[in-house]
Amino acid sequence: MLSAIIALAALAVVFGLILGFAAVRYKVEGDPLVDKIDALLPQTQCGQCTYPGCRPYAEAIAKGEADINQCPPGGESTIIALADLLGKDPKPLNPEHGEEKPKRIAVIDEEICIGCTLCIQACPVDAILGAAKQMHTVIASECTGCDLCLPPCPVECIDMVEFKPDLETWKWPYPENLPENQVKKPRVITSIKITPGANTKTAHDDDSPPVEKQA
Amino acid sequence: MIRKLFDFHGGVTLRQHKKETTQQPVEQAALPKRLILPLHQHIGHPAEPVVSIGDEVFKGQQIAKPISDISAAVHASSSGKVVDICEHDIPHPSGLKAPCIIIETDGFDRSRRATARTHDLNDLSAEQIRHIIQNSGIVGLGGAGFPSSKKLDPADKKVETLIINGAECEPYITCDEMLMREQAREIIEGVLIMRKALQASRCVIAIENKKFKTLDIMNKVVERSGYDFIDVAAVPTVYPAGGEKQLIQVVTGLEVPSQGLPIDIGVVCQNVATAYAACRAIEHGEPLISRYITIAGSIVKPRNLEVRIGTPINDLIEQCGGNRQTLSKVIVGGPMMGFALHNDEVPVVKTTNCILVNSVIADVPLPSRLPQAMPCIRCGACADACPMNLLPQQLYWYAKAKDFDKVQDYDLFDCIECGCCDYVCPSHIPLVQYYRFAKTEIWNQEREKRFSDHSRERHEFHKFRLEREKLEREARHRQKRAEISGPSDEDHKKAAIQAALERAQKKREQSAVMPKNTQNLTPEQQKLIAEVDARRAKKTGFKDKP
Repeated sequence: MLSAIIALAALAVVFGLILGFAAVRYKVEGDPLVDKIDALLPQTQCGQCTYPGCRPYAEAIAKGEADINQCPPGGESTIIALADLLGKDPKPLNPEHGEEKPKRIAVIDEEICIGCTLCIQACPVDAILGAAKQMHTVIASECTGCDLCLPPCPVECIDMVEFKPDLETWKWPYPENLPENQVKKPRVITSIKITPGANTKTAHDDDSPPVEKQA
Repeated sequence: MIRKLFDFHGGVTLRQHKKETTQQPVEQAALPKRLILPLHQHIGHPAEPVVSIGDEVFKGQQIAKPISDISAAVHASSSGKVVDICEHDIPHPSGLKAPCIIIETDGFDRSRRATARTHDLNDLSAEQIRHIIQNSGIVGLGGAGFPSSKKLDPADKKVETLIINGAECEPYITCDEMLMREQAREIIEGVLIMRKALQASRCVIAIENKKFKTLDIMNKVVERSGYDFIDVAAVPTVYPAGGEKQLIQVVTGLEVPSQGLPIDIGVVCQNVATAYAACRAIEHGEPLISRYITIAGSIVKPRNLEVRIGTPINDLIEQCGGNRQTLSKVIVGGPMMGFALHNDEVPVVKTTNCILVNSVIADVPLPSRLPQAMPCIRCGACADACPMNLLPQQLYWYAKAKDFDKVQDYDLFDCIECGCCDYVCPSHIPLVQYYRFAKTEIWNQEREKRFSDHSRERHEFHKFRLEREKLEREARHRQKRAEISGPSDEDHKKAAIQAALERAQKKREQSAVMPKNTQNLTPEQQKLIAEVDARRAKKTGFKDKP
């Protein structure tokens, strides 16, 4: 009886020591879940989710305080990725936080800019270059399109310009968005280009994207 | 020489439609008034212009230089004047514009013979060959446009077989066939050049077995040349036998590993037109400024033309008896893998091999394509036809559902977009469209991921910078406070205040003068500033008005 108690107590002590050692030796710095969530967020730092940046939002999601559908810049793909990671059901973007827009970039009208530096202070990624009383400009390749520089500008010289795809960033459209004429009528009779005076219809009359279903 | 050939999975047999354009010899296309030369006609980095607007250029002059290993030079294809360097429409499925050099030709077609350096292959090292080829702007002319100098660099790999691709498997296209018939000797020279660059042990010229006349000509030329390391192989006429990976499988029986390169299995595949261009570059010192192009479809005179790179496509169509009023659609490339143009005022580029014209009078009989896409009936015909041995149906489901992880698990990136699955699909589902969509979407997501990681880094640095500035400010204030509150007698305080006042006064005087970077300006700069100020005054004045 006594020996059994001693044996169990000894075991408890041994395991306790092992567990205690492991807890110290293999301690995890920070919260790995927050990092994983943060990695999925678009890092625009725009604050539309009501949190002051992407990381605070990630922390709130990890704690269960925030929902996964509060990030308009990330949009559908971010919600799906978050749902995947957290084992939740994806849901549509909460319209209270805004809507998913195509990527935009801030452009300063350099002739109006008075060089007040307010936008420089507002930019979360230091993408605006300039000095007091000198013209400012946006480094286009670093701009995340967060809109945070718009409110502080006293002369409203910043415009958000839609990001235009070039040959590198151009994407094939989703096939179901093909215009009717390309899917239903194979023998489209339209001219390629309007020549002034020519009595022809252009391929662009119907706003058709380029995609011709393969022959 | 008869060699054992192998088979590849799937493929489809198509009507060839090649007779229309192989009956008459290749003609020289007319010299256009304007040449439009895109800086990015190849895979890799765009070339960098080395001429400026207003420069006179001669035929064959380099007008843009390669900026890296994976880049190719661009040359003026005729003499004339550079009138613009601007964004212009190019042949691309997106219909987007890209930077081009525009030359107004003078009609003399002058070349500077003195600079055209010819070489003897025996005197050249592999490295020199690659250098000449890169500076001659030669890229893979079969369609992909990969810079040839890079592809001819075996690095430290051993190249067993060099395959010269003359198996033009798409319907209508006959430019390589005509090139082989007319320039067989120079193609063989090109093969020797490539062989030397690669140190390949044997060379195989692969031609489809239905091109009897071409096979005959090539066989005779190879026999006469007496090189026993060059073979001519008659490969089966099955689409896509001319696909790089399929051709390698047919000739060597080896499969290129998934996501790998042919050189990984000791094979390099080059197009016949590339071999011809290599020969012109080394033997005649002539850069890549023209190529053979098939113009077919419903026009009056379908044929092959030797066309200067940069010639507008509408000029060529006109030369072959078509005109804008009767044009309904122009496809660049073949009917299986080509794409429809948005605009016919785009130039011929290095990779353009065929222009297929549809007119309002008659449709070109393209490989089957019926109107309405119907639901998938899971017949599996696509999997039987897929030459890459993929599962097109699975790819379709996942691409349609935008499940991009799953679609990559099914090896989406091994798809060569040949269109066989499309062709056999009884429901006429635009399968390849789904794959193209998924591929570009995945690339886009990867780009976005990289950008967001970069933005996170910048945001973290931003936060660190604010923190650092705050600490620095505090430290400064502490120091100031310590200085002032040190000896606390009245006089000392007053002196400090007086000194501060003086400093402020001095500063005001200084700043009243001018900001630092506006001193010591040249008259031109001052003039420029005055202009900007005037413009700004005008603009802000305008804005102030209600």
